[in-house]
Amino acid sequence: MIKFLLKGIIRDRSRSLFPVITVVLGVSLTVLGYSYFNGVMTSWMQTSAKFEAGHMKIMSRAYAENADQTPNDLAFIGVENLLADFKKDFPELLVAPRIRFGGLFDIPDELGETKAQGPIIGLAVDLFSEESPEKDMLNLENAVVRGRMPQKYGEILISDEFARRLNVLPGQTSTLIGSTMYGNMAVVNFTVVGTLRFGVLAMDRGTIIADLADIQEALDMKDAAGEILVFFNDFVYREEAADRITETFNEKYSDKDDEFSPVMVTFYDQGGMADFMGMVSTFQGVLIFSFIAVMSIVLWNAGLMGTLRRYGEIGVRLAVGEAKGHLYRSMILESLMIGVIGTILGTVLGLGFAYFLQSKGINLGNMMQSSNMVINEIIRAKVTPVSYVIGFVPGLLATLLGTSISGLGIYKRQTSQLMKELEV
Amino acid sequence: MEMSNSFLITTKDLVRTFPMGRTKIFALDGVSLNFKAGEFAGLVGPSGSGKTTFLNIVGSLDSPTEGSAVVMGKKIETLSHKQAAWLRNKNIGFIFQTFNLLPVYTVYENVEFTLLLLKMSANERRKKVMQALEWVKLADRAKSKPSQLSGGESQRVAVARAVVKEPPIILADEPTANLDAENSYNILDTMVTLNRELGTTFIFATHDQKVIKYLRRKITLFDGKVAKDEQVEPEKGKGEEQ
Repeated sequence: MIKFLLKGIIRDRSRSLFPVITVVLGVSLTVLGYSYFNGVMTSWMQTSAKFEAGHMKIMSRAYAENADQTPNDLAFIGVENLLADFKKDFPELLVAPRIRFGGLFDIPDELGETKAQGPIIGLAVDLFSEESPEKDMLNLENAVVRGRMPQKYGEILISDEFARRLNVLPGQTSTLIGSTMYGNMAVVNFTVVGTLRFGVLAMDRGTIIADLADIQEALDMKDAAGEILVFFNDFVYREEAADRITETFNEKYSDKDDEFSPVMVTFYDQGGMADFMGMVSTFQGVLIFSFIAVMSIVLWNAGLMGTLRRYGEIGVRLAVGEAKGHLYRSMILESLMIGVIGTILGTVLGLGFAYFLQSKGINLGNMMQSSNMVINEIIRAKVTPVSYVIGFVPGLLATLLGTSISGLGIYKRQTSQLMKELEV
Repeated sequence: MEMSNSFLITTKDLVRTFPMGRTKIFALDGVSLNFKAGEFAGLVGPSGSGKTTFLNIVGSLDSPTEGSAVVMGKKIETLSHKQAAWLRNKNIGFIFQTFNLLPVYTVYENVEFTLLLLKMSANERRKKVMQALEWVKLADRAKSKPSQLSGGESQRVAVARAVVKEPPIILADEPTANLDAENSYNILDTMVTLNRELGTTFIFATHDQKVIKYLRRKITLFDGKVAKDEQVEPEKGKGEEQ
């Protein structure tokens, strides 16, 4: 019977073409949408982890409570000892102590008078230690647009956009005006040796990258760091492992009664990221459900048209002794065959587009001018094993639903009218 | 249930009414008829006399309002839809006025379809389909599509589809209405041969004189009642009206 139905599908284009096109379109959009969403999320997670959150992050308890304000007066002191112990306990993990700071960036003229000035967000990272993963992780060497990488203390990088706005050239001296860990005013000179462009709007507006030791000195934060970012050494975030490590760390190092004791949080535990990820998952579900609903309605309609067009065939089949249930099931089987064919074609098409977007990406920079999200401007799709199978959910479910509803007409057909109907 | 007195079909006081506004129309009004194996019988009468309604009921496509119809030992009025479908599938072949072939399938596949429902093996199906096409002299057109056939050939395919499972009963509703005289006689000759060789009972509903000439039993219906039920001498062969 399957062979018989398949022959009908292949030979009768009006039976299969429209439903197949519908399924191909729906499935390819689902595959593409899923892969692109996946790319957005992966890009956002990776960029956020590298620039902001780490896979896990160690802070003082007090700092963690107000982390969105980067309160360096509550920074953790005793970084060297903590890191020495931490590396013994978790040798497979990478650590990156950082200080995030804000201030006024002042560019003086030849006479030392202010030529240009602007607010900055600064990121102090370990630029010079051999074991520091920062240069590679932040891809600093490739991000330098003009000038060079810092080679000694007192040298900094600033965002290219900011440099152009303040008319700063590599080699110029600049002054950071900020506040120390203890609330005093800090005024420190640096040499701008290069300008940067990360391709991350939130980082490219007005950021300076300085060496950790320089900023510890400038902000009176000796052996202190606002945040210690912790990464899995393959840079792939694993929620369960992160939870386990966090629990072990906090049990050993954290003291609930000491607000300056260190505390570790996972990527998902920071800044409502778990809620955000949950929201994205919901959106993905809504996307797939929407395709299923729309395709089901279209296929239902196509099924009704098909039932009308095949009125004679259905009548003959009932007359020669095919039970209504058998006929109904064969219609569903037929639609599932169409669903499988359409899904395979749609998946191939959707994967083609997804691979193209994985390679080329779409530049959404213009759409994110005022965005504070730490995410690349060029967002690429990401094809995963799930991308190969996700289309089968709407492809098969929609054909099944559409035909199940339209095929119910078979049960309303009165066999007593068949003789008359088949004489037309 | 045993077949009553070796009749394939027995109807007793068969009544079938259809609502028409506040009244009801008696399509059949107390029809009692019996059919034995191997009969070549026809229901004749004007339009609305109940011919098709009778075929519907003995073909288990409809149920009587009153009375009883027993076909191959099964009481039609008590059958579920599934049981009725099974009775048709196993025991009854239908030939319609319009041929109702499935256009996307070949002649072979059209004839094979009823056997698919009987879950026969592929070899057995092939043997039976080719045999049926031999009976109707269309073996050489097995791979043709219905659109490539003439009206007469299409109706012969419909006959092959009805006889391929070798049912004891074939019901034919105006089978020659869409055919010219030559094709009508060809089809009727084929049916007579099958009736003789396979012992299949043929029951026609017709007003076509060409069909009536072939009947060995003529049942005249009028206003849903049997007006006359007579054994007749068939005028075999073709050509008298040509």
